[in-house]
Amino acid sequence: MGPFLETLFGGLMVGMLYSLIALGFVLIYKASGVFNFAQGAMVLFAALAMARFAEWIPKYTGLNNKFLDNAIAFVFAALVMVVLAWLIQKLVLGRLVNQDGITLLMATLGITYFLEGSGQALFGNDIYKIDIGMPKDPIFILEKTFQGGLLVNKEDLYAAVIAAVLVALLALFFQKTATGRALRAVADDHQAAQSIGIPLDRIWVIVWSVAGVVALVAGVIWGSKLGVQFSLSLVALKALPVVILGGLTSIPGAIIGGLLIGVGEKLSEIYLGPLLGGGIEIWFAYVLALAFLLVRPQGLFGEKIIDRV
Amino acid sequence: MLYRENGQFKTSYRADQQIFPILQDRVAIGVLLLIAFVAVPFIADEYMLRAILIPFLILSLAALGLNILVGYCGQISLGTGAFMAVGAYAAYNFMVRIDGMPLLVALLLGGLTSTAVGVLFGIPSLRIKGLYLAVATLAAQFFADWAFLRVPFFTNNSSSGSVSVASLSVAGIPIETPVSRYIFCLAIVCIFAFLAKNLVRGHIGREWMAIRDMDVAAEVIGIRPVYAKLTAFAVSSFIVGVAGALWGFVYLGSWEPAAFSIDRSFQLLFMVIIGGLGSIMGSFFGAAFIVLLPLFLSAVPRWLGIPISVVTTSHLEFMIFGALIVFFLIVEPHGLARLWSTGKEKLRLWPFPH
Repeated sequence: MGPFLETLFGGLMVGMLYSLIALGFVLIYKASGVFNFAQGAMVLFAALAMARFAEWIPKYTGLNNKFLDNAIAFVFAALVMVVLAWLIQKLVLGRLVNQDGITLLMATLGITYFLEGSGQALFGNDIYKIDIGMPKDPIFILEKTFQGGLLVNKEDLYAAVIAAVLVALLALFFQKTATGRALRAVADDHQAAQSIGIPLDRIWVIVWSVAGVVALVAGVIWGSKLGVQFSLSLVALKALPVVILGGLTSIPGAIIGGLLIGVGEKLSEIYLGPLLGGGIEIWFAYVLALAFLLVRPQGLFGEKIIDRV
Repeated sequence: MLYRENGQFKTSYRADQQIFPILQDRVAIGVLLLIAFVAVPFIADEYMLRAILIPFLILSLAALGLNILVGYCGQISLGTGAFMAVGAYAAYNFMVRIDGMPLLVALLLGGLTSTAVGVLFGIPSLRIKGLYLAVATLAAQFFADWAFLRVPFFTNNSSSGSVSVASLSVAGIPIETPVSRYIFCLAIVCIFAFLAKNLVRGHIGREWMAIRDMDVAAEVIGIRPVYAKLTAFAVSSFIVGVAGALWGFVYLGSWEPAAFSIDRSFQLLFMVIIGGLGSIMGSFFGAAFIVLLPLFLSAVPRWLGIPISVVTTSHLEFMIFGALIVFFLIVEPHGLARLWSTGKEKLRLWPFPH
């Protein structure tokens, strides 16, 4: 039972990060109908910005307070993401209004390439550490129930708390603020929202900014765990099955889908992996999502697509 | 003035239904083929053949296959690399495991295996659409990446994980020199392009296009979506599989699963989009664009004499590539093929436009 639960926890932690990335996808898809392939590149870009700002601030200003450095770096990185969101809206999406889904998808692939190139050109292409003072020591819990207890990483627990807080904040923002209401209106129906005077351009910038900040948080958590490097961009590919499993338009779907995929991936690797030759993590999530789609084409919580002639 | 079809009367159905109904088109294609088959082998040096023309031909074949699926049938696929890999590895296994297997037969069998896998992964398309399908096809990509890396059977138990083929020959003629490889690829590409062109303007192609334009309406007028979608997957993955086998056998010689990674899938999708969805010609334009662009980008700083480190160059390439794709989508979302046909329309009236 012990190893099983440990794997389960490990899966939940990874799944949580997938959820965060998937959340970025869903936010943008809901509000603008763009399937944002660049979410992974945004995570990389944001994490690189954060890592380098946290390095540069003490170097150039002589400010040597770790908390302040990180806080300022975070704010700067968030600002960078907002500017990026504005640029993407202004230069790319604003000019592609009314195009097919696939054209928009290709445009975000173009953005992906651009961000991967420019992120590394601007911020360097080494492996960087983000040190936000997360404790690294493992702790043992439930020592009474199991022999030897369960090994849990303290860092993971903190990360889970951060992610939960972020999701709660987002929920508050969407439910309680005027902007949040406007965002939900746009997500429901673009034309209706526009006809009652909601400026679509501004809403899209806000949505991309929010997705950028979500990407930043995901990048910081991931980066403080494993370091920031190019492969971070590929994590987004792992988040795609999450999105289709949960449904493209559902925020709870992204979260639950992420956890499901995270857990499924780890458990399958442990229990099925040896039978199939190992390394099945890369495709397990996809095959799971694919099999699931055959039964429920709109995903767990997605809107049912109804066709009319 | 030159490109005018006045006076070219069609007096029979046969004449009206030719692939190229306009005389000037027929002449142009003939000249183009003549140049490609006869002049290029004499003019092009080895580098040109090896690094530009052969990859261009093979990738245009793959793009052509993908275009049938995406451009004609409207089913987005991000797993093209996987079908190329299936074709390459299947052809390899047929070559290695069966003595005296002719190269052409191995290529076609590779294509057929790819067809089977393509149809299998095409089944979800009956239930899911659009972006969901795009992501679902990634399953094929990741599964193939894994299978060819981890299952020793597919690589004929090669210890390093990479496979290689040597001494290609067709009907006793060895295909070793760059020129013979080029001619071999060119011949295959021409045959497939011709077949594909005929397929898409026939009965089955119209079914695909009807499904693409509106699947429910197509079903109402009596087109079976199951049949149409699965045949599109089958034909597309056959062509892509043959292209994959060519890529492995003729271009690479020895390869690893990384040669058919997800980047390849994206690259092919770019070709199809930039070249023009639903256009055979467009596949070639797109392939030419994507093959030439990186060469061009890496050559520009050298021409200008700007010293840039290799790392920076590769980052800049990424940036310019991304920016160009976005630029292209904004300026001409229908691809290079649309520019081509606009150009032809203009040429018809030249030099006296209305």
